[in-house]
Amino acid sequence: MLDAQSLVDAVALGSLYALVAVGVALVFGVLRIVNFAHGELITAGAYALVLTDEYGSLVAIVVCLAVVIALALLLDRALRPLRGYGAATILVATFAVSFLLQSIALLAFGGQGNNVSVLPELNRAVHVGDVDIRWVSIVSIVLTLFLLAGTGLVLNRTSIGLQMRAAATDFRAARILGIRTNLVIALAFVIGAVMAACVSVLLAVQAPFVYPTFGANILIPALIGVVVGGIDRLRTATLGAFAIGFSTSLLGELLNSAHRVYLDSYVFLLVIVVLLVRPEGLFSPFRAGTVERV
Amino acid sequence: MRHLNAALPFLGPAALLVAVGLIGSQTSFSLQVDFAQALVYAAIVIALYVFVGNSGVISFGHISFVAVGAFLTGVLTVPKESKEFVLPGLFPVLQNHTISNWQALALGAAVGGLYALLVGIPLMRLSGLAAGIATFAVLGITHNVFSNWERIGPGVQTLSLVPATTSMAKATIGALVVALVAYAYQRTRSGRLLRSSREDPLAAQASGMHIYSHRLLAFTLSGALAGFAGALLVHLYGSLTVGQVYLELTFLTLAMLVIGGASSLLGATVGALFVSMLDSLLNRAENGTGALGAVDLPHGSRLVILGALMTLVLLLRPSGITGGHELSVTRFRLARPSRLLTRFRT
Repeated sequence: MLDAQSLVDAVALGSLYALVAVGVALVFGVLRIVNFAHGELITAGAYALVLTDEYGSLVAIVVCLAVVIALALLLDRALRPLRGYGAATILVATFAVSFLLQSIALLAFGGQGNNVSVLPELNRAVHVGDVDIRWVSIVSIVLTLFLLAGTGLVLNRTSIGLQMRAAATDFRAARILGIRTNLVIALAFVIGAVMAACVSVLLAVQAPFVYPTFGANILIPALIGVVVGGIDRLRTATLGAFAIGFSTSLLGELLNSAHRVYLDSYVFLLVIVVLLVRPEGLFSPFRAGTVERV
Repeated sequence: MRHLNAALPFLGPAALLVAVGLIGSQTSFSLQVDFAQALVYAAIVIALYVFVGNSGVISFGHISFVAVGAFLTGVLTVPKESKEFVLPGLFPVLQNHTISNWQALALGAAVGGLYALLVGIPLMRLSGLAAGIATFAVLGITHNVFSNWERIGPGVQTLSLVPATTSMAKATIGALVVALVAYAYQRTRSGRLLRSSREDPLAAQASGMHIYSHRLLAFTLSGALAGFAGALLVHLYGSLTVGQVYLELTFLTLAMLVIGGASSLLGATVGALFVSMLDSLLNRAENGTGALGAVDLPHGSRLVILGALMTLVLLLRPSGITGGHELSVTRFRLARPSRLLTRFRT
């Protein structure tokens, strides 16, 4: 029942979730904002692909990247007045933005969905022994590793990365010490946007059909993974999202057909149990003597 | 004066609800559904407010209590002779019993409260984002089970033939009852303690307050009110699908609460009535019934306008239309010293 093929699929899905997670966790790190509208960055990228795929995949991907980054910067600007308000307000505000963008997509493109054709050759399979692996799975995994390594280098080896980590640790202190926090925040949004654009392309290759909740459908499980893993750190958040994608995919293979309709329930039950045992995050390090923040 | 001021947090929302009910009962038959729906939404949002507003912990799970109240009472009030045909897979106890509307409302409250209690016992230890995601998981499980288990409900089919007994008067009275319970709770010791923990959890705990038990109490009460509102909802529409009590309603009701002002009963009421009336108005304009004079909106623009307004309100006035204040005659006198205090604190 469980073979190499489903393992590769599970890793590929986990990688996509991990890419989404990086965007969410970076913005949360510096701003303490859970950005629901991150899913709409992915949707916008996918619609950019729909509109430009006739000019060739390369042009389409460049336009997609540009559109997503521009939208992310706009989002950063729009959310600026909300800094400092409570978590519930900001959560609902980013949700409202997400709802607005979704309904604009619905108005502009309709709800039936649009076909998209980018890099169709990636859907071909390679045969390794008796296992068929689609190229897009391999590309997802490799690209994710590459982007995560790149983000790690930016955060750890550059000056602006150091500033971003400082802002994530203590925003006010960083600001007092002269760090240009607006620049740091914009950079967090841009890195997240690059990831989101990659997710748009990879998803559009896998399922060449774009609809208004295209991005929201992947954002919600990834976001759950981020919180389950531990939203405070980039590494734990990414691992958590990967784990959700990986285990959903595997569990779907393992359950027999009578139970498969209840797959969501099993996953959510698992999420609740993990949150009860480790509310600060499954992968967060144990710290002795931490204050219980209620 | 003092008594009036103490009662104002209830009298304000109550006056609004009664006004909507009275205006609604004077309008044409097709408009009445919109007004009654606004009142039922107000009941749901006030139920949500009892927990979210008082505790400051966000919950994405309350629509599961609405769903449980709606489906259980809906299934039980479908006339017995048609039940065998529309819902053949039910458990015998659901299949063979039919209850009256008043029993249904009481049952909705009971089952909503019980479900909230069961869920709350483990979950109320959480707060912040973990609580948000965990309650969302509860919503996901409820939706998944209702969509697939045809022994307790209609599954993916529409639950239909439910008697549409929620009249304008019943919707008004129902919303008033929910508002009265919410007002009564926030005046109790438990309600005040919970609000103190919302402002500063560490200080509240240090003063000896047991946050968990008061959160659990508020969550259970709020679940019971949500189940009651669910019973109102299903008997308003006369039919219900699983998708109608899921993500969209969750976010719509949360948005209503935040737009109105999440920390006051008045805010919950104003937000619910304002957003649902606006939604109905735009819906009519979009369908070309001339609700906005001669302007007919293109199809699909309703959601864009609603989304834009929601975003604007939240960006320009993040603490909601009411600013999270209750109606008060002495507020202006009290406002100055408290504002001074907050300036010193930060």
